[in-house]
Amino acid sequence: MLALQLAWRFLREGRTQSLLILAGVTIGIAAFVFVSAIIEGLQVNLLEQTLGSQAHISVAPEEASPRALMREPGVAFVRRVEPSEPRRRPFDQWRRAVRRVEATDGVVATCPKVSGSALAYRGAAEEAVKVVGADADRLRQIVDFRANLVDGTYRLGGEEAVIGTTLAEKLGARTGDPIRVRSADRESVLRIVGIFDVGSEMVNGRWVVTSLRNAQTLLGRIGDITEIDVRVAEVYEAEGVAREIEARTGVPTESWMERNRDLLTGLRSQDASTTMIRIFVLLAVAMGIASVLSVTVVQRRGQIGILRAVGTSRRIVLAVFLWQGLLFGLVGALLGTGVGAVAGELIEASALFDITVTPRLLFTALTVSVTTGVLAAYLPARRAANLDPAAAIRGDE
Amino acid sequence: MTRALEFLQLEGIRKSYEDGVRTEVLHGIDISIGEGDLVALVGPSGSGKSTLLNLIGLLDRPTQGRILIEGQAVENLNDRTLTALRGEKLGFIFQSHHLLPGLTVVENVMLPTAAAQGGFRAVMKTQALALLDAMGISDWAEAWPRQLSGGMQQRVAVARALINDPPLVLADEPTGNLDTETSDQVMELLLRRNSESSTAFLIVTHDSNLARRCERVIELVDGAVVREGPPG
Repeated sequence: MLALQLAWRFLREGRTQSLLILAGVTIGIAAFVFVSAIIEGLQVNLLEQTLGSQAHISVAPEEASPRALMREPGVAFVRRVEPSEPRRRPFDQWRRAVRRVEATDGVVATCPKVSGSALAYRGAAEEAVKVVGADADRLRQIVDFRANLVDGTYRLGGEEAVIGTTLAEKLGARTGDPIRVRSADRESVLRIVGIFDVGSEMVNGRWVVTSLRNAQTLLGRIGDITEIDVRVAEVYEAEGVAREIEARTGVPTESWMERNRDLLTGLRSQDASTTMIRIFVLLAVAMGIASVLSVTVVQRRGQIGILRAVGTSRRIVLAVFLWQGLLFGLVGALLGTGVGAVAGELIEASALFDITVTPRLLFTALTVSVTTGVLAAYLPARRAANLDPAAAIRGDE
Repeated sequence: MTRALEFLQLEGIRKSYEDGVRTEVLHGIDISIGEGDLVALVGPSGSGKSTLLNLIGLLDRPTQGRILIEGQAVENLNDRTLTALRGEKLGFIFQSHHLLPGLTVVENVMLPTAAAQGGFRAVMKTQALALLDAMGISDWAEAWPRQLSGGMQQRVAVARALINDPPLVLADEPTGNLDTETSDQVMELLLRRNSESSTAFLIVTHDSNLARRCERVIELVDGAVVREGPPG
């Protein structure tokens, strides 16, 4: 207690110096919080945009190889394989696979789905589309069409379908309008019951979402599916969960991390640069505290000598300076997080994403700041504790 | 002349400093101070008075020889024990008052007690105020040291040295920075305390008048005691 009482009185006595270093710590921690909040907000936004319209993991059989046109022993054909719509092999025992995927740790939702290419017509308009068929509730847990509806309802019963805003515009279709959808095998007429905007041009512009049965009929895959879409609890653990699913089902998987290598590299580079910025900011804070306390030790040599002469132990002298570092760190963190949060709020209006100072970020800033304060104070504190009291008193005279 | 039960005994104390060349500043000092003694330590500048005072005050360690406090040798005690012993058994008064400017007057007086008990507590204040009253400055208890005159500051330093009721007070030129009148007042305080209690005083001084008011004078020249006895 004596150490804290003396630390407080030392800080109060040198209040101009204390306020200046406190301002430095506050600015440093504000920068720490502000940069962290922006980068975190940006990353959350990027992830939401990317993962809001796709599955975290896709479980699908390998694509089938093109069939030979003719098999004649001893005869070689010169042929060119034209890339076309990949045709998936039938998904054997997909219901059992779904159960196994659901039983995998980290999986929070699954959606058996059938998808394939088709053409959509309305009047003279014609567009290449991707027909996606699934159970409405299951699909909503992978891509939340209902939350992103701009018109109509999210319902996939009978001959109903929902489409994206871009496709609706290209086809000139509105809620309630019918569209013709033709695949290689069949043609159906579907009625638009809802129009969505999930933030992805690919989905908004190409997807025609309908019931599993409609899609199976249209794409000639009665009773079959093309893939199982999976949502996981922790997005950054998707790759590990995908490997586990492969081991359980024997069916190939592809995680969002594999599909979006460039995004992942970008996010990791951003993490690295944020870490560097944080380290430099904290170094600046630490050096500020250490230099001020070092000067204080020199200025107070005589006082430290007197403290030792009247019976104050080295341990308490050490603690007096550690407390000063801790108080700088603590008060600087409280003020700095406030300033950082306010700065975040101020620029949020002009940013295209949410900047949220989370309790976790506040706790991190507080912990890091206090730890930095104490560590920065350690060397000056040790120097003060090891002062020769006789020399210190003489030096002050 | 060493009495049977002295508070402090120094036996063959030598002190050297190493600064490229080894320089011995004290050459075998043997002195003792008993309960309630009033001793003046005199000698020219550079004779080793301050070095000897630092050794007696346990602020430094001798190169050779023994220091006994209440019969207990202290040279092998660790820093923590020495610190506790210093706080409990010794009081210090310096030429410059050395008050802590960030503490109020009464907090400065309480400092040795706070060091011994691990913090400032309200109960310590009563004794500190009584001492300040005895020094005639109780009205200034809550003032800052900078608001006091030099003489008042030195009286606060005297009160601080006495707060733990130490058996021995070491005073290094306690009136050296004061004018004659203030110097007399401070000296009166020390003498009164000495006569009213069993507190011993070892006073380093250049002032022959002050030395004459002590019971015993130890004269140090070139690191050796050349005379010890009643003021002559």
